[in-house]
Amino acid sequence: MQFDLSETQQLLAKTARQFLAAECPMPEVRRILETPTAHDASLHRKMAGQGWTGIAIPEDLGGMGLGMIELAATFEQLGRALVPGAFFSTVALAAPLLATAEQLAPLCDGSQTATAAFIEAEADWNPASWQCAARDNQLTGAKMFVPDAAEAAFLLAAARGNGTLGIYRIAKDAPGLEIIPLKSIDLTRRLYEVRFHNTPAEPIVTGPAAGHAIARALDIATLALTAEMAGGMARVLEITVEYAKARKQFDTPIGKFQAVQHMCADMYLWSESSKSAVYYAAYALDKNLPEAASALSVAKLYAADAYREIGNRAIQVHGGMGFTWENDVHLYYRRAKAGETMLGDNVFHRERLAKLVVDRL
Amino acid sequence: MDLTLSPDQIAFRDELRAWLAANAPAPITRGAHESLPQRFEKLRAWQRRLHDAGWAGVAWPKAYGGRGASLIEQVIFLEEMARAQAPPMANTLGLGLIGPTIIHFGNEDQKRRFLPKILSAEEIWCQGFSEPNAGSDVAAIRTEARLDGDAFIVNGHKVWNSYGWIADWCALVVRTDPSAAKHKGLTYILVDMKSPGVEVRPIRQISGESEFAELYFKDVRVPAANVLGKVNQGWEVALGTLMHERATLGASITILYRRSFDRLVELTRQIRRNGRPLSEDPLTRQKLAQAYTELEVFRLNQMRAVSRVSSTGVPGPEGSILKIFWSEFNQRFQQTAQEILGPYGMLEEGSPHSVDDGAWSYGFLRTRGNTIEAGTSEIQRNIIGHFVLGLPKSY
Ligand SMILES: Cc1cc2nc3c(=O)[nH]c(=O)nc-3n(C[C@H](O)[C@H](O)[C@H](O)COP(=O)(O)OP(=O)(O)OC[C@H]3O[C@@H](n4cnc5c(N)ncnc54)[C@H](O)[C@@H]3O)c2cc1C
Repeated sequence: MQFDLSETQQLLAKTARQFLAAECPMPEVRRILETPTAHDASLHRKMAGQGWTGIAIPEDLGGMGLGMIELAATFEQLGRALVPGAFFSTVALAAPLLATAEQLAPLCDGSQTATAAFIEAEADWNPASWQCAARDNQLTGAKMFVPDAAEAAFLLAAARGNGTLGIYRIAKDAPGLEIIPLKSIDLTRRLYEVRFHNTPAEPIVTGPAAGHAIARALDIATLALTAEMAGGMARVLEITVEYAKARKQFDTPIGKFQAVQHMCADMYLWSESSKSAVYYAAYALDKNLPEAASALSVAKLYAADAYREIGNRAIQVHGGMGFTWENDVHLYYRRAKAGETMLGDNVFHRERLAKLVVDRL
Repeated sequence: MDLTLSPDQIAFRDELRAWLAANAPAPITRGAHESLPQRFEKLRAWQRRLHDAGWAGVAWPKAYGGRGASLIEQVIFLEEMARAQAPPMANTLGLGLIGPTIIHFGNEDQKRRFLPKILSAEEIWCQGFSEPNAGSDVAAIRTEARLDGDAFIVNGHKVWNSYGWIADWCALVVRTDPSAAKHKGLTYILVDMKSPGVEVRPIRQISGESEFAELYFKDVRVPAANVLGKVNQGWEVALGTLMHERATLGASITILYRRSFDRLVELTRQIRRNGRPLSEDPLTRQKLAQAYTELEVFRLNQMRAVSRVSSTGVPGPEGSILKIFWSEFNQRFQQTAQEILGPYGMLEEGSPHSVDDGAWSYGFLRTRGNTIEAGTSEIQRNIIGHFVLGLPKSY
């Protein structure tokens, strides 16, 4: 038994960290998030060149054929570097819904990005609440909080045909497709309302298989999101500890004051604990263990609280500097806050967990 | 990362699981007609049965009565104990803290003399570190030991000694060189509690019981052969014990937590409020799921720490996060239990209408000690701040 990453997995993470330090340092993040879609196509292609777009996609479908642990290790580094843009929606949301080499090829090679549209006005992650209608391969309805929709070459949407859920592919230029930008707290991941007015759509998966495909895709997306969170919070802790060592008041590094030091200790505890939860979820999903579902909810709700609280402490330790636009902490903090509701907030995940551990369903 | 068990480990797990299914006794918890010593003797009998069947000291060397398996098997052991809802073993400090310290620092004679009887529960151990004027600042202890021929003469006063009332042996930290700097003049010595001059006085604690005691040493003769490690190098040995305390005490406690959680879930099915069982009340479900999450994250932290220790050898300062986690979690969990049980939660052992004969009111009070014993939460945060994060020492 070995809980830590294997040597190859560590190498993968290290390579990713070095690559991102060179290709997407903070000034670059800040430049990209000022662009209309907070996405940089050339960076995206370079990341595809590393194989990350197909990291957990089988080799015969054009991917690298690695597993969920490698996927988590990669997203951890992306979260740490706060990489903006459509990489997450393409790789963690859209790709897991696709099943053929032909569909996946443009995503794996980085020539296209895509996204997936699930929740609607109620912002409920329970698929039973989704009402968007599919009739004669045309969609009608509205999807909310769709990430990176304006950048996507195509969208995948969950819609109901004859009462049962299916997944439909909508091309960017389809008639009757309306993409309305929302102005959200997370500057690195743009959100949109997407409306369909008899919009032509190609069914990708329908019938009972669609339910499974959606569940599986949401599991993978949740894992990727929590791994991003773990990477982001570890970086916020680092930034804060560096500051606590360097900043002096009363002729003393502020990190010597226990009130400050203990905040840092708590941040460390939350950050390391999130990592334990995320990698166990990755392992459970990779091995298809029966506890994968509960492990993912545990990771999601623990990491969501941890990332936000770490952000809170980080800002406090930075004093006035922490309240400025110039300081990087708020960029992570915004991401943390947005991640909290994405793919189900903590109330949702606790209820999901209650079904598993209280009702033992 | 690979959490799969080897075929040997699976065989170990299956054998243990089958053995526990056939042998684990009913929970040994508080009961109106049983005193603390009566319960303790039941736990001792249970440890003896585990020992006779070869399950005590899973990761201890075979030569000293252990099973000679790895730490991974030790973790499997704890998980299976939890799964079977089996009671914990009696010799908590001997198994978790002092035995491992003897394995690491003891000489061959000491290992042969002490370890087998820790495993068989024949000799129960207590830990004599804290003093009235030296708690968090352990190295400030004053209990002194003076060499006289082949023995040390010990004089002093220790407090808060868990299991002091029943212990046969005490792992004592004493000052052997008063002229040396605080950390340099200490010695770690093993004391027979039946030695003339040892007096044990129970201390009544917040819960009304006396699980800990204070120890008075008046001209107690302790053979010099009982020094663990070297004379005046006891600080290093004591730190070894403290590291184990942080890293492992939580492990045995996890067994109890999981059982309490399952029991609380069961109770929510029986308790009705607003015309339905509490298990169907959304807010209660949220609280239970939150408790489960923290319990699970603690288990995973623990698994990760063990996996690290099995590759590096010794528990490091990151053990402090385990200590903070289990103690603070337990306090939150007991509060959740109180919210679920309502006024019944405060009824004590022996009272009409008490829940599980007062286990929850006891649990609520007892957990206040969790953030104090084994190094306070503040001390653990100092350790993380300074030794893990590299911030300047705060004091
Ligand atoms: C249930 C229980 C069982 C115990 N069992 C044993 C046992 O078996 N053997 C044994 O030797 N001891 C035992 N202890 C004692 C325990 O280790 C001490 O109580 C503990 O180390 C704290 O010491 P103290 O009580 O002297 O408090 P103090 O050290 O006086 O601390 C009082 C307060 O000051 C804070 N404080 C102290 N120093 C600092 C600092 N540098 N920075 C920030 N805050 C600080 C503490 O965190 C605490 O909040 C037990 C205690 C309990 C409650």
